[in-house]
Amino acid sequence: MADEKSVETTGLLGWIDRRFPLTSTYKAHLSEYYAPKNFNFWYFFGSLALLVLVLQIVTGIFLVMHYKPDAQYAFQSVEYIMREVPGGWFIRYMHSTGASMFFVVVYLHMTRALIYGSYRKPRELVWIFGVGIFLCLMAEAFFGYLLPWGQMSFWGAQVIVNLFSAIPFIGPELSIWIRGDYVVSDATLNRFFAFHVIAIPLVLLGLVAAHVIALHEVGSNNPDGVDIKAKKDKHGRPLDGIPFHPFYTVHDILGVTGFFIIFMAIIFFAPEMGGYFLEFNNFLPADPLKTPLHIAPVWYFTPFYSMLRATTDDFTWVLAGASVLAAIVMFFKTKGLAKLIVPVVLIVVAVLLRTIDAKFWGVVAMGGSVVLLFFLPWLDYSPVKSIRYRPDWHKVLYGIFFVNFIVLGYLGTQAPTDIFNLMSQIGTLIYLAFFLLMPVWSRLGTFKPVPDRVTFHAH
Amino acid sequence: MERSSRSLTVSRFTHIELNFIYGMTMIKKLLCALALVITCTGANAAGGNFPLERAPDRINDLASLQNGAKLFVNYCLNCHSASAMRYNKLKDIGLTDQQIRESLLFTGEKVGDLMMGTTSVKDGKTWFGAAPPDLSLMARAKSINAGPTGSDYIYTYMRTFYRDTSKITGWDNLAFPSAGMPHVLWERQGPREMTVITTQKTAANTDKPAGWERISTTYDSAGYVSNKVETLANYTGKPKVEHKFKSLDPQRAAAYDRDMADLTGFMTWMSEPIQQKRKQIGVWVLLFLGIFFVIAWRLNASFWKHVK
Repeated sequence: MADEKSVETTGLLGWIDRRFPLTSTYKAHLSEYYAPKNFNFWYFFGSLALLVLVLQIVTGIFLVMHYKPDAQYAFQSVEYIMREVPGGWFIRYMHSTGASMFFVVVYLHMTRALIYGSYRKPRELVWIFGVGIFLCLMAEAFFGYLLPWGQMSFWGAQVIVNLFSAIPFIGPELSIWIRGDYVVSDATLNRFFAFHVIAIPLVLLGLVAAHVIALHEVGSNNPDGVDIKAKKDKHGRPLDGIPFHPFYTVHDILGVTGFFIIFMAIIFFAPEMGGYFLEFNNFLPADPLKTPLHIAPVWYFTPFYSMLRATTDDFTWVLAGASVLAAIVMFFKTKGLAKLIVPVVLIVVAVLLRTIDAKFWGVVAMGGSVVLLFFLPWLDYSPVKSIRYRPDWHKVLYGIFFVNFIVLGYLGTQAPTDIFNLMSQIGTLIYLAFFLLMPVWSRLGTFKPVPDRVTFHAH
Repeated sequence: MERSSRSLTVSRFTHIELNFIYGMTMIKKLLCALALVITCTGANAAGGNFPLERAPDRINDLASLQNGAKLFVNYCLNCHSASAMRYNKLKDIGLTDQQIRESLLFTGEKVGDLMMGTTSVKDGKTWFGAAPPDLSLMARAKSINAGPTGSDYIYTYMRTFYRDTSKITGWDNLAFPSAGMPHVLWERQGPREMTVITTQKTAANTDKPAGWERISTTYDSAGYVSNKVETLANYTGKPKVEHKFKSLDPQRAAAYDRDMADLTGFMTWMSEPIQQKRKQIGVWVLLFLGIFFVIAWRLNASFWKHVK
């Protein structure tokens, strides 16, 4: 007889614990996971993102029971869900509102990470998994948006897939390969359905698990950016830490309720959210022969869509100029082999910027603006994590960055005009400069002293 | 088809109106046939920035919705479909199966059938240049972000037809210029004149200095155009374009406006039949969450008072 593991628990729980790490997992992740006690409003959004993920999966399962991924029936089947499936309208509105609210919550979650330096050592992997989740979410939203087979579904997909044709040499064949046809069609709908309901969710769940495991390995950051594990009591528990359960579970119940008040108010009173959550044009069935006058992606893609549109042929001159300038600076600032390689690469980029079609660089700008986020942990050289102890002008820079992001988002919903295009170009430069110049500006200025312990006022 | 099957028990229609409706159906069929002969190319997109009038809100008025349903089935459904709607969904606006069967089903449909028009896509394309669109969701689809609703669009569209002999159907529309659809309900609205008044700057030439002029273009009730140009002295405003309708039968036109408000109300309801119930449930959901929020807040506080 094999030896049984000796455990503290008895009875049924003991029987389980000898075979499966139930109690130890519960302790490690909930009852004895010590989180800083000074979490503020910004710390609701992680658990809310998890909540919305679960909502999307559950409502999605019910939608798939009635939805037909077939160009002929897709649009009708959505209306069938809205009108004839009992409670179908509620499930569908939860899913459509959930998609937008997912991005609201995730954008706020990312803002929190940005301002409190939650991506800094030792949380680089937490951040990288997180950016991976964000990318998956964008893919998930994009694939899902085709499924109702409305006018915006169709033309949005058409525009985005066409972007791939801008890639030199392989572009045109690549875009046909993605669509499975020469235009967006039934074949495209079927593969997007497969991606939306199986492929991306699997990756997403894996990444979310990795994100949480990585977080619990290194512990949560906090608004002061102080390491709570540096000061422990005689039992080895952080002095400024409290068990996640029950303190943050009751806290999150409050957050979830507040979130649901907003979420349900939208579902029951403004499910279209003025045409931003459900675009009005998408209530018309897809018509490959009728191009809408104005094709705008859903609001959560618009900041990136603005950067795509901003990259015109004129604008590549500006980018090429910036690249040459960077090459000169790097030549004087770097040493050794880098002195040769970095400037040469930058000059080549500058040349390519002017030789390859601007459309391609638009795609690079759009994709690159997200990919750039992966490198954030190695771009920030500030001696403190939290914005609380940065110089005041850093706070102004962050303010400009966030306002700029919102302005880019607004511009992306609007039909292009000359002035809007110029604003998008300036906005794109601000976005890129914020990250690419971060190694320079993040170490400048007078930083405030960081306290030993977190700032906390008892309730 | 028997005449008796057309009698509308739910209706406020008189026999004269019934005859009229019957006649209208015939006229529509003739119009369709006519259109078949003259193959027209309808404009596809609703363009123009014509200011939309706000549609009266009749979404909670059952009699109005029922009148709208009747108009919809009698007029719109011949060429258009509402393929997301079943006839028996009309029970939600207070009709019974029997009423639906007796007054709204003309060609042997069952109450559980979808509201399908009788014009095929192919015929629609041949007759009007574009297939008449499905109307199930039109009141939602025509809404504009942070702008007028699709209901406003429908209400304005239905009330801004004018005769224009230069158009293939003999009609044009202000809200949707070069619309493929003729004014199917024109007899209910009665004859009207439309005048476009354009106030614009004139360039200086050898005869006179730069100034302002007002051009009035009138489309009379038969669709013939006449122009009048006046020179404006001392005009200080901005250039503008105004449209004025003059009804030659104001009573009929007023009744038509009420009918169009009802029809718009019906199409608004049809675009999302659950909308009123959704809002009713929403009030209870938010009340519950409001109370639960207080409980969650106190629960949170009772735990956190131990955190020093």
